[in-house]
Amino acid sequence: MQHAHPAAHAPEHETTTGLDHRKLLMWAFLGSDCLLFGALISTYMIYRGRSLAGPFPNGPEGVFDIPFTSVSAFVLLMSSLTMVLALAASQRGHIRGMRVWLIATALLGTVFLGGQFFEFTAFVAEGLTPATNVFGTSFFTLTGFHGAHVTLGVIILLSLVVVSLRGGLPKEESLTVEIAGLYWHFVDIVWIVIFTLVYLIPAPLPPHAG
Amino acid sequence: MATITGSMVGVLRRPTSHYGVWSWMTTVDHKRIGVLYGVTSFIFFLIGGVEALVLRLQLAFPDGKVVDPEVFNQLFTMHATTMVFLVIMPLSAAFFNFLIPLQIGARDVAFPRLNAFSYWVFVAGGVFINSSFLFGGAPNAGWFGYANLTSRAFNAGSGVDFWALGLLGLGTASLAASFNFIVTILNMRAPGMTMMRMPLFTWMTLVVAFLLIFAMPIIAVALIQLELDRSPLATNFFNPANGGDPILWQHLFWLFGHPEVYILILPAMGIVSEVLPTFARKPLFGYPAVVFAGVFIGFMGWGVWAHHMFTVGLGPVANSVFAVTTMFIAVPTGIKIFNWIATLWGGSLKFTTAMLFSIGFISMFIIGGLSGLTHASPPTDYQQQDTYYIVAHFHYVLFGGSILALFSGFYFWWPKGTGKLLDEGLGKLNFWLMIIGMNLTFGPMHILGLNGMPRRIYTYPSGMGWEFWNLIETAGSLVIALSVLVFIINVVRTSRNGKEAGPDPWDGRTLEWSIPSPPPEYNFATVPVVQGRDAFWIEKYGLHGGEGAHHAAPPSHTAGSGNGDGHAIHMPQGSYLPMVTAFGQTLMLAGVIFGYWLSGVGLVIMLGGVYAWCSEPVSD
Amino acid sequence: MRNLAQSSLPARAATGLAKGATLSSRRSAAASFLSLVLVGVLALFITSCSGKDPQDTLSSVGEVAKKQQELFWIIFAWAALVFVLVQGLLLFILFRFRRRSENEMPAQTHGNTRLEIAWTLAPVVILVSVAIPTVASIFDLAKEHDVSMQVKVIGHQWWWEFQYPGLGVVTANELHLPVGEVVAFDLQSADVIHSFWVPKLAGKQDVVPGRSNPLTIKVDEPGTFLGQCAELCGIQHAQMKFRVVVQEKAQFDQWVKDQRTPVQPPGDPAMVKGSLIVQQKCSACHTIQGLAGAVGKVGPTLTHIGGRGTIAAGVLNNTPENLARWIRDPQEVKRGALMPNLGLTEDEIQAVVPYLLSLK
Repeated sequence: MQHAHPAAHAPEHETTTGLDHRKLLMWAFLGSDCLLFGALISTYMIYRGRSLAGPFPNGPEGVFDIPFTSVSAFVLLMSSLTMVLALAASQRGHIRGMRVWLIATALLGTVFLGGQFFEFTAFVAEGLTPATNVFGTSFFTLTGFHGAHVTLGVIILLSLVVVSLRGGLPKEESLTVEIAGLYWHFVDIVWIVIFTLVYLIPAPLPPHAG
Repeated sequence: MATITGSMVGVLRRPTSHYGVWSWMTTVDHKRIGVLYGVTSFIFFLIGGVEALVLRLQLAFPDGKVVDPEVFNQLFTMHATTMVFLVIMPLSAAFFNFLIPLQIGARDVAFPRLNAFSYWVFVAGGVFINSSFLFGGAPNAGWFGYANLTSRAFNAGSGVDFWALGLLGLGTASLAASFNFIVTILNMRAPGMTMMRMPLFTWMTLVVAFLLIFAMPIIAVALIQLELDRSPLATNFFNPANGGDPILWQHLFWLFGHPEVYILILPAMGIVSEVLPTFARKPLFGYPAVVFAGVFIGFMGWGVWAHHMFTVGLGPVANSVFAVTTMFIAVPTGIKIFNWIATLWGGSLKFTTAMLFSIGFISMFIIGGLSGLTHASPPTDYQQQDTYYIVAHFHYVLFGGSILALFSGFYFWWPKGTGKLLDEGLGKLNFWLMIIGMNLTFGPMHILGLNGMPRRIYTYPSGMGWEFWNLIETAGSLVIALSVLVFIINVVRTSRNGKEAGPDPWDGRTLEWSIPSPPPEYNFATVPVVQGRDAFWIEKYGLHGGEGAHHAAPPSHTAGSGNGDGHAIHMPQGSYLPMVTAFGQTLMLAGVIFGYWLSGVGLVIMLGGVYAWCSEPVSD
Repeated sequence: MRNLAQSSLPARAATGLAKGATLSSRRSAAASFLSLVLVGVLALFITSCSGKDPQDTLSSVGEVAKKQQELFWIIFAWAALVFVLVQGLLLFILFRFRRRSENEMPAQTHGNTRLEIAWTLAPVVILVSVAIPTVASIFDLAKEHDVSMQVKVIGHQWWWEFQYPGLGVVTANELHLPVGEVVAFDLQSADVIHSFWVPKLAGKQDVVPGRSNPLTIKVDEPGTFLGQCAELCGIQHAQMKFRVVVQEKAQFDQWVKDQRTPVQPPGDPAMVKGSLIVQQKCSACHTIQGLAGAVGKVGPTLTHIGGRGTIAAGVLNNTPENLARWIRDPQEVKRGALMPNLGLTEDEIQAVVPYLLSLK
């Protein structure tokens, strides 16, 4: 830490597109990640209403608790707002403000993850595990992958806070916050899609379901 | 920060040497990584080739007894897995690692350490999959591992796990490389190198990189679903007893698998598009059409996957739709072929070994394309699907296509990489043996397929009318083996006393020929300014050049002039961390088979690697 | 063009195969070799079909297979035409434009829009003329037929079960069909994906667990046809074969009558011994209608096994020696098959074999 390395981080020369390498990388990654969720969501949609035995997502004995999940979806949505505020603070050079908003974003993400943990536990208590039926199989995998993405996001946000506490995130480095923000917003948007398709649109009950 | 890194990794101090084994292990130089990719995947090529020879020996005669049925299934699974994921893909990677920065006038790739990481993940993944032979049996369910033959109930051994986890690992290698090259190509072009001035090989690499970043997540999801089904969680993705559908696997696999076909062939098309104009002394005919045809193939490649599934029972409407889309993907392919042929028309054709391989590519690829047309039609495919006819088809496309083009690339760029020319006499012997061998091996497979011989059978009785051609095929496979041997002899002999190549042995057209062979670490002493397509050709002959055969001017950025003598140019330093991170990731995957504690160890190593990586400066 | 495809090509193919069948194999091999190098795959196709080969898709017999073969020749003719034109052009160019002196510098042409449009449209025209008969054929093959018989096919690792729901017959590895009747198959799997394929009768159709796939077969001449599984289904995928015996209506009806008759208790004491061993050792996995307790569903039914041409799913001819060999050690014949070595003594085997073969 004795030597500062301003040169190591400053862009060496102009890029052809004008976009920073890292930002372009993040966009490419998010494009790729779309297909990951695309495949997981497709699997869930294909298996809608094809479970041979319960518990089912909705219907009289459905496991979904829409009001609860709506609240946690709202929490995650709000975290996008705090992320925007963190970036704005960073770009204005309000380093303390940036830290506060980063921590707030991470906190909201953690609350969402807590909600997911609670939901999973409740479902297992009601007899739905990944092995129970194709609903359990595809539901836990899809939402589990999303949860893993949120977890990674929280780790990134907290790492930024640590880096910033060591003086590593000055105003000139706000691009790093911006790139982390891209990831965070993406994860939020994916949740909106999942929430709509999985929770809000009721799945048909299988013909043989009791 | 450097000291923190130093103390963290303990003995692993920052590598500084430019020579010796460690300098190669820690290199982040795209050219060295390209060479490493090439050597490693060539070794896998030999392994996959030996597997193929054993398969051919077993089938040479009816009721063959060379290997037992289980081993046979493992060998054809590993032959295909190796050739697709450990040979053609990484060999293409070898070329684009070595060439892309040279072709676009850049000094490096956008993320040099990420590049090293993809290489090490690839090596680790390849070794991991092949190690299954030592741990109770290799995968045996075919290279597309159709569910539910891969479920625990029908496949209790760990071969399938090695396969699935290994491919997941290799997927990260491809993703990392693709992200890197997308950014490099879009962002690091020399001044004047607009998109429509990029060499064709660079263009095709860009298309392939996009295909990869969209295709890899899909196969990753399928493989994860498979492993979850096989894990203690016992999910039901492909378990029909509990509502799962094995056909889901086929959709996901081929949604990846068809773009994968273009991932395998587009780099080859890129190579050919560089070689033909060079030895015809003419620019590529209809450059924009060839570029757009490649991009169009990249798009269309997503809409044809179910043609691998015509016999699954998707219904007449789905089969018709996919038949029509499949036929129409032949249009851009046709455009490319006609443009290559038109490039040759009116040219001054010099039949070097590289040129012969490229012409061989066109000729063989046409055969593969035309046989493809006969099973683009579902009613005829109902007879051809899963027979040797299909095996013939994809070997004409992948061997006659990709492998011939990659060999063309070897002969073409070998002097650039090593500074020495491969021997042309041995090279031509290599070419003729290979083209005769491949036609003897794969040509008769058309006949056998139409004569009702299914693929993936370890034995057949006499009296089916299959004996003669099977024997010919086995003989042909030995001829191919001989041709590869000639190539190896050529490489060994040339490395001892090959002719010096000089910077521009072929009267090249693109920027890589403007710098010394082998290129210095920093590639370009002064960053070139690009005037048009075929940038170096223009430098030599002028914008409307070609009036005379004399070099108008000596290459301008070969050696340093003024302040650009290379020593002042700062290049990123080597690093252990990509290798450490790759090792950790592979341990993590291996832990799924050997015990989750190992995954834990791997995770710690990987996270440590990533953390140190993030805090390690590009150079001390 | 289509006329050429339908008449002349098969005709040439037919003469080719007549030669191939009569000439010594070495001479035809040498001839084929030469044509292989000279003309490439075109010659390969034409010299290929020998007509007598049991799984030849180009000498089809069933109605469906005939339609598929017809379409194949249409597409093949187009492919052959393109092959000859393009490879010919390529060869011509290689000869005509070879470099004659090192100082040669050709005209630097960059493209020609009109030409490029032309060779974009030419393939489109060819593809449309392939796509139209293709789609027509797909819907023709998928058309609802007036079905006169239903057969349920169940794929097992590694044998085939055939059930005739309307007739009350269940058999294995040997499918009997009446001549000239439209038979609707319902394809199902008991374990993994298989593919049901009788090359001379109809293109293949996959057999998928959890699904039921339709296939129609109509054969207008009697005969025995070979079929085999076409989708990798495990270690013995290669040995999952079956026969289709197409018979005149009267013979078929007789076969059905025989199949419906349960086996009779043997009178001969040697046979009684055999039946007792079978009852004891085989009945957990195999069904023999009429033999008390033999109701197993794991392996193929053995009722009337004596009447079948092959055993072990088409692997061995059904002779006393082969049956004894199979019972002695199934793993030696078909490594990995689900039938274990029962550890019967030679004495017991010699009792079991005649009993089983008597079940016609």
